Order: sequence, then C-alpha cells, then structure tokens
Amino acid sequence: MSTTLAATAAILFGVGTYLILQRKLSRIIIGLALLSHGGNVLMMVSGRRGRAPIIGTGDPSTFSDPLPQALALTAIVISFGVTALLLALAYRSWQLAGDDEVQDDVADRAVAAGGYRDKEVSDEEVADEDRPDVDLHDHAPAPTEVGDAQTGQRA
Amino acid sequence: MNDLIVLPILLPLLGAAGSILSGRSRLAQRVIAVTTLSLVVAVTIALLVEVDRDGVVVSQGGGWPAPLGITLVADRFAAMMACVGSIVLLAVLLYAIGQPGAERNHVGFQSVYLVLAAGVSASFLTGDLFNLFVAFEMMLTASYVLITLGGRHDQVRSGMTYVVISLVASALFVTTIALIYAATGTVNMADLAGKISDLPPGVRSAFAVLLLVVFGIKAALFPLFFWLPDSYPIAPSPVTAVFAGLLTKVGVYAIVRTQTLFFPADSRPAKLLLAMATVTMLVGILGAIAQGDVKRILSFNIVSHIGYMIMGLGLFSVAGLAAAVFYTVHHIVAKTTLFLTGGLIEHVGGSSELSRVGGLVRTAPVVAVLFFLPALSLAGIPPLSGFVPKFALVDAGLAGHQYVVVGVSLLVSLLTLFSLLKIWAGVFWNPATEAPDAPVHEVGRLGGPVLMVLPTAALVIVGLGIAAAAGPIYALSQRAAVDLLDPHPYIEAVLHP
Repeated sequence: MSTTLAATAAILFGVGTYLILQRKLSRIIIGLALLSHGGNVLMMVSGRRGRAPIIGTGDPSTFSDPLPQALALTAIVISFGVTALLLALAYRSWQLAGDDEVQDDVADRAVAAGGYRDKEVSDEEVADEDRPDVDLHDHAPAPTEVGDAQTGQRA
Repeated sequence: MNDLIVLPILLPLLGAAGSILSGRSRLAQRVIAVTTLSLVVAVTIALLVEVDRDGVVVSQGGGWPAPLGITLVADRFAAMMACVGSIVLLAVLLYAIGQPGAERNHVGFQSVYLVLAAGVSASFLTGDLFNLFVAFEMMLTASYVLITLGGRHDQVRSGMTYVVISLVASALFVTTIALIYAATGTVNMADLAGKISDLPPGVRSAFAVLLLVVFGIKAALFPLFFWLPDSYPIAPSPVTAVFAGLLTKVGVYAIVRTQTLFFPADSRPAKLLLAMATVTMLVGILGAIAQGDVKRILSFNIVSHIGYMIMGLGLFSVAGLAAAVFYTVHHIVAKTTLFLTGGLIEHVGGSSELSRVGGLVRTAPVVAVLFFLPALSLAGIPPLSGFVPKFALVDAGLAGHQYVVVGVSLLVSLLTLFSLLKIWAGVFWNPATEAPDAPVHEVGRLGGPVLMVLPTAALVIVGLGIAAAAGPIYALSQRAAVDLLDPHPYIEAVLHP
C-alpha cells in the first residue's frame, strides 16, 4: 500500500516536473497542480495507517494518524486558491497577448544585447570619421532606387 | 502578557477584513490600515522589550500544550525581525498612500497589503514548521496579487515567473515537511530540535539541504536567485520596496531559524553555506554592475547582500550570527529606503533607466540626499549603519579562519559602492541622454508629494538611528545569537513551560 502511494507520488513528481519545463502557462499550471498532489500524497504516506480516528469508536492504537490528513487538506486548499489565481493570470495574458507563453526576461535580453551594440556603434562612428569616402558607401542603395524607377518608366 | 504575541498576526487580519467591508470609502480603508499597522508597531516594540527582559515568550493556540497545539514563539531574533518588519510595513503603506498609482486605483490594495503584513509577522513568530508553510503562503499569495495589481502586460509576464517559482518552492516545502514528519512524527519546531538529532547523520544532512533549498528559493541564494531581478522591478515601487526589504529576509530568517534550531553542530552544512554565500555575493554584484536601470541594479544588489547574511550564518559562531542578525536589520531598512527613493526618482524623472533620467541633484536635491545616505550605508561607509555589521562579519570571518569569503566580501563591498555610484552619476549628476518614458511631474522643493517624501525620510532617519544606536543593537544581536546557537531555553520554554 505504502509502496504504491510512494510510487504514485514519484510519478506525479516526474510528470509535474516535465510539464513545468514547458513554455505554455496552461501546461505549467497543470504541472504545478500535479507537483503539489505529489507532495500531498507523500504527506498522506508519512502518517500511520489505520481506522478512521473518531474518539469512542475503538482502541486509539488502531487509529490512523489524523495529523498528516489535516496538513494535506490545508495544502490542498492553498494550492486550489493559487491555481485559480494562476488561471486568471493565464487568461489575462491571453487577453493581452493572444498567447499564454511565458516569455524571457525582456530587460535582461536588452542588457545582454545592449553592451555589445553600444561598442560596435561607437567603433563604426570612429571609423566613419576617419574615412571621408564612406558617404558614398552609405548612399549606395539610392542609385538602385533611381534605376528601378527608370526601369519602371521604360516598362 | 502571552496574548501580546498573537496580536501582530491577528490585528492585520482583522484590519484586512474591515478594509474589505469598507471598500466603498478609500478614506476609511486608509484609516483602518494605518491604525492597524501603527498598533502592530507598538505591539512588536513591546514584545521585543518583554522578550529581551524576560526571555522567550510562548503562546499555545487553543490552550493545547506543545507539541499538540499550534505554537507561537518569540525569541530575541524573531521579535527583532517582527519589530523592524512592522516599522517598514507602516512606512511603505504611508508612501503608497502618497503615491499616485497602485494604491489609489485598486480597491483591494489595502486589504491585500494587510494580509501580507499578517503573513510576514506569522512567519517570524510561528513555532511550528507547517504553520511556517501556511504563513509563507499567506504572505506569498498576497504578494502574487500585489505584483500583478493593474494587470499590465509586463506585470503579467514577470508575475508568472514569480508565481510559478514560488509555487515550486511551496511544493518542495510540503514534500520536505512530509519527509520530516515521516522521520520524526512531529512538526513542532522545538520538538523537532530534539528528535532530528536522534536520526542517522545522513538523513539529518539530507533534511538540512532540503530546507536550505526550499528557503534558498525564497531568500534568492545563488543558484536559485534568477527570478528575483526579473520580477521585482516590474511591480509598483512601494510594492517592490516592501518585497525587497522583507520577503527575501523572511527566507533568510527561516534559513537561520531551521539551521540553528534543528541541527546539532556536526550536521550543519557550514561549508556549503559559506560557498553559497561567496558565490551569491559575487554573482549578485556582477549582475548589478551590468544593469542600466535603477530598480534592476538595486534588485541585483539584494541578491548580493543576502550572501552577507548567509556568510554570518555559515560561520556558526556567536560573532558571525550576531553580525548576520544586525546585518539583516540594517539591510531591511536600507534596502526599503533605496527602493522608495527609486520610486521618487521615477516620479520626478519619469523613468528609472539611467540613460533617461538626469540632473536630479539640481531639480530634486531632497531626493538626492534621501538616496545618498542609504546608498553609502549599504556600501558600508563608516559612520552609517552598514559599517558595523560588515565590520563585525569580517572580524568574525577572520576569527573563523575563512579568508576566502572575507576577501570576497570586502571586494563585493567595493563593487556595491561602484554600482550605487553608477546610479548616483547616471541619475543625479549627468544629464539624461534619452527622453523619459513618462511625462515628468512638476515637483516642488521636496521633490515629490509630501506623503512620499516623509516616509522615505523617516526610514532614512531610522537608518541613521541604527547607526547611532549601533552599540546597544549589536549587544542585542549578540544576545540573540547566543540564543540561536544554544536553543535549550527556546526548547524548554515551548515544551516545558
């Protein structure tokens, strides 16, 4: 019995971990729910097995341990509330972006890209100042446009 | 007098209920919230005085004796944290009322904020591992709402990361509690202290590391910190300030409490803690230097400075722990103040990016002063409050022959100063190079609305007060550290009153 429950907890953890590593928030939410179920199942296994613990119905030494059940119940209620909040977040994300994909840290990407961009730009500006014939190079596409226009006229 | 300990949790919850009921009147909500938190400040100060005079204060929920009942315990460390925490919560609440934005547009702000306050107090004062989980959830659920309040696209994006990582930590916490209960048959902290030391050393070490991972995510320790600089800067500035000041420190408190109380000297992961502290300090500060936004620099600074507190814990000596306790108190105040001035910068300059704000030393000199003092304090410049705990940490590290971590901590102090001077130069001295995102507010001589500037100034003064009263506070921290390293009075007070 205990082994079955422990194996169930292990499978829930495995599947939950896989789902959390996905990009879509809806899958992450299901993954989180499975993870917390895994924790709760493990919580149930941690106590003693036995009859329903109601005072006056029998010998207390045959009762199951009621504490982990109470703890698991609390944990279930908490994860229920937070899952509802997450679903609302996913819905809001879908409203705003038409998608519930979890994106990367935007500002972090900007910092990572920005450091290099600044350097290259400044190098080119210095190089441009040194080279007078660079103007020609910059306006290189212009004749093509004229050429295209001429071709159009001819056609 | 044992009822005193229940009040920091009960009052904010009652206040939150009252705040929901008076949702139609913003004024009534404000009066309720400010009154409640002022009362909590008074109660926690009284609690701190009582604990320091008479020793550990215990209250058993429902009159059931421990380990059956739900225990609330206040020792010196917990009372100090609760006291500083409530002062910061009150100051930030006033600031939020003064700021145009989050608080004014959302009817739920005050009630959620009060639930957060209750969660923070409960985390500090609980004497039961499962109740710690419940307190964490109370605090975190409130923080999920606060961070996404407004529902802007960037808030939803970074809020998701924050909520998901916190939930993974919570699932791990439940699992850890299940394993600990299976091994010991109790979740009462004082009871656990005795029963964990009867377990085989391998199991003890596994529990120590599991708890470290669970709370390390909340405290943003090195391999587990990546969510923090992404999510904190997005929230409205008073919310960020209270997160930065308090939430990570609740994680640090839980690490210190569990590692010192549960585990006997031979199964404490001292080397692991010191290694994590070293890397956390370095990685955090290098991240801070690379950023170009006030709030992001400050967020990476939090990560870096969590390393100092864990370094003090990792030394496991009275001097080290005393320094860690003092450092935590100083950091809560200094960091919250810096984030509040970050909000002022945004209000005055229209942006928090270094390239978009400039010359504030002329347009808003008061804000410049309010930034400069806590910034120097955070870097550990001598007369200010950051110097004493940093000096004590280095001293304790040298006494413990941990030269590498001491060297790194000194280097990181210097880099902290560098990262803060980057803000100083970019925001206050140099002119802006790009146009700000938002329209610049017309500001008077104060540099912002009175209710934004006054709480910030009050926290700066609290910081200066910590520096002025460094002697007594360090002595108190030392007494707290003695309690932490020898938990017998704590255990006796809970189990055999």
